[in-house]
Amino acid sequence: MEQPAVMNKKRVQTGSTTRAFAKPHVIEEWVGKVYTALCILVLVITIGAIVYFVSSRGLATFFVDGVSLGGLLGGLKWEPEGDIPLYGALPFIFGSFSTSVLAALMAAPLGMCAAVFMTQIMPGFGKKVLQPVIELLAGIPSVVFGFVGLSVVVPVLRAIFPGQGIGIAAGSIVLSLMILPTITTIATDALAALPRGLKEGSFALGATRWQTIYRIVLPTTLPSLLTGVVLGMSRAFGEALAVQMVIGNSPHIPHSLFESASTLTSAITLDMGNTVMGSTHNNALWSLALILLSMTFVFVFVVRFLERRNKR
Amino acid sequence: MKKGLLIVVALMLTIGLAACGSKNTGESTNSQNSGSTNEAAALSGSLLATGSSALQPLVEQVSKKFMEDAKFAGITVQVQGGGSGTGLTQVSGGQADIGNSDIFAEEKFTDADADKAKELVDHQVAVVAMATVINKDVAVDNLTKQQLVDIFTGKVTNWKEVGGADEKITIVNRPSSSGTRKTFEKYALGTKSEDVQGSIQEDSSGTVKKLVSETPGAIGYLALSYLDDTVKTVKYEGVDPTEENIVTGTYPVWAYEHMYTKGEPSEIEKAFLDYITSDAVQNADVVELGYIPVGKMQVKRDVDGNITK
Repeated sequence: MEQPAVMNKKRVQTGSTTRAFAKPHVIEEWVGKVYTALCILVLVITIGAIVYFVSSRGLATFFVDGVSLGGLLGGLKWEPEGDIPLYGALPFIFGSFSTSVLAALMAAPLGMCAAVFMTQIMPGFGKKVLQPVIELLAGIPSVVFGFVGLSVVVPVLRAIFPGQGIGIAAGSIVLSLMILPTITTIATDALAALPRGLKEGSFALGATRWQTIYRIVLPTTLPSLLTGVVLGMSRAFGEALAVQMVIGNSPHIPHSLFESASTLTSAITLDMGNTVMGSTHNNALWSLALILLSMTFVFVFVVRFLERRNKR
Repeated sequence: MKKGLLIVVALMLTIGLAACGSKNTGESTNSQNSGSTNEAAALSGSLLATGSSALQPLVEQVSKKFMEDAKFAGITVQVQGGGSGTGLTQVSGGQADIGNSDIFAEEKFTDADADKAKELVDHQVAVVAMATVINKDVAVDNLTKQQLVDIFTGKVTNWKEVGGADEKITIVNRPSSSGTRKTFEKYALGTKSEDVQGSIQEDSSGTVKKLVSETPGAIGYLALSYLDDTVKTVKYEGVDPTEENIVTGTYPVWAYEHMYTKGEPSEIEKAFLDYITSDAVQNADVVELGYIPVGKMQVKRDVDGNITK
C-alpha cells in the first residue's frame, strides 16, 4: 500500500510542475488525499472538542464548586436541590453497571446461539431471511423500545413479581432486546469468517456437527464473540431514553430488581434541561457525563484488546 | 509524506478560519439589517423562544398564528424546548431572544448567579394549575396539606394512614430540578419533597399520567390540561382544582408561565409578547390548551409567594 504512494510523490517532486499537474491521476491522487484527510480531521476535531467540553464542565464540579471526587463516586445520596446539596452518584453508577451487565447476560447467549443457527445449522435461510430480520431490530428507535417496555414489560413484571414493575429488571430486559442485534450481527460475521478448513478437518476426524460447534467453532471465535458482547454492553451503558422510561429514576440503590432505580444517563437526561448552565447541579451532571465518557473509553480499549488477541 | 500532510493541515486551518470569519461578518450585517428595518413601519426579523416544555405547546401554536398574520409577515418565530433552565440560561447569555420558564428567574438563578435574574424582564403569559392525582383503586378523595407532606417526604407509606385501604403508596414524582415539582412543593407542600426510596421520577407529564393510572396505589401531580378519567383527581384541603377556585385564589397550587427577555423587549419581541397576551389569544389558544388566562386571575402572586387581590 505504501510503496506506490511514495513513488508517485517522488515523481511529482522531481518532474516539472506543469507536467505533474497535467496528469489527471496525480490531481486525483491529491484531491483524494486532501478530501480523506479533511474527513479524518473533522472527526478528530469533533472527538477532541467533545472530550474537552465534557471534561472542562465535568471537572469544574471538583475544582470550582469544591465537590470531592470521592464524595461523587462513593456518595449514596443525590440531593442537588437540598438545603445542603449532596452529590453522591454511586446509585447511578450502580444502576448503569447492573442494567448493562444484566442486559448483556440475557442477550449474549441468545445472540450467540442465534448466530450459530444462522451460520452453522441453516446457513442459506439464515443469511437470506433471519439476519435481515434481526438487523431490522437495530433500526427501531429507542423511544419505541421504551414505550413497549412501559406498556408491556412493566405491567407483566408487576403482575408476576412483587413491586411496581419498573426497575433494573425492566430496564435490562428492554436493553437486552436493544443490544441483541449488535451481538448477533458481530457473532454471525465472526462465525462466517471462520476458515472452512477448521470445520472440515473436524468433520474428517469423525466429529459430529454439534461436537464441531462447541469444541472447534465456538472456542476459536470466542474473542470475536466477546467483542460483540462488549460492544453491546457499551451501547446498553450509553442508552438513555428507553431505560429512563422503565427504570423509575429514583436516586437510590434499590433493594430489589423490581424497585425504582436510576442510571447515569437517565439522571443526565432528566435534569440537564431544567438546570442552569454553570450551576453546581448542572456541572455535577457533566461530571456524570464524564464518567460515562471514560467508561466508553474503557469499553473501546477492551474491544481493541480482544481484537488483538483474536489476530494472534 | 510528512511535508504533504503538513500542507494539507495548514490549508484546512486556513479554510476553517476563513469560514469562521465570514460567518461572523454575516451575523453582524444581519443584525444591522434588522436594526434598520425596525425603524420602518413593518417589522421584520427573527425571534428565538426557547425553554420550558410545559409552555412550549402554547408558544408553538401562537407563533404559527402570529406568522400567518399579515401584519407580522416579516417576522419569523422559532420555538424550541429544552427545559426552563435552558431557556433562562440562553436568554441570559443572549443565544435566545425569549426564555420560557415555569418558575421565576429569581428561583433559578441563585447565589452567584443572582445578578443574572435582575437583567431579565418577566412577561407572564398564562397560569398553569396542578392537581394531585391518584390511581383509581385508591378510595381517598381529599388530602390535607399535612397528609401530602407526609406522603411526599416518606413519613406515610400506606394509604390506610390517610384514610384509604391497606395499600402501599407509590410516589410518582418529578426530577428535583423540574419547574412543575418546584411549583408543587412551594404551593401545595410548602416544603421540599424527598426522593423517597422506591419512588418513581418522570419528567414527562404523559408518562406520569400513564404510571399513575397503571400502578396500584400510585400518587402524582399533573397540570390540569393533562387530567382525564384514567386517573382520579383528589381535593386539596377540601378544595376542588377547578378554574373557578383557582382564579379566586381558593386553590393555591398554580404558577405563572413566564416569557423572559433580556432587558426591555425589542420591537419584534414586544410585538410577539403583546400578541400572546392579547385577548384574542388569551381567550382562545390559552384556554384551548388547558392554561388559564393571566387576565382572569383575581389574585396576583409575587416571587416570594405573597398573594394580593
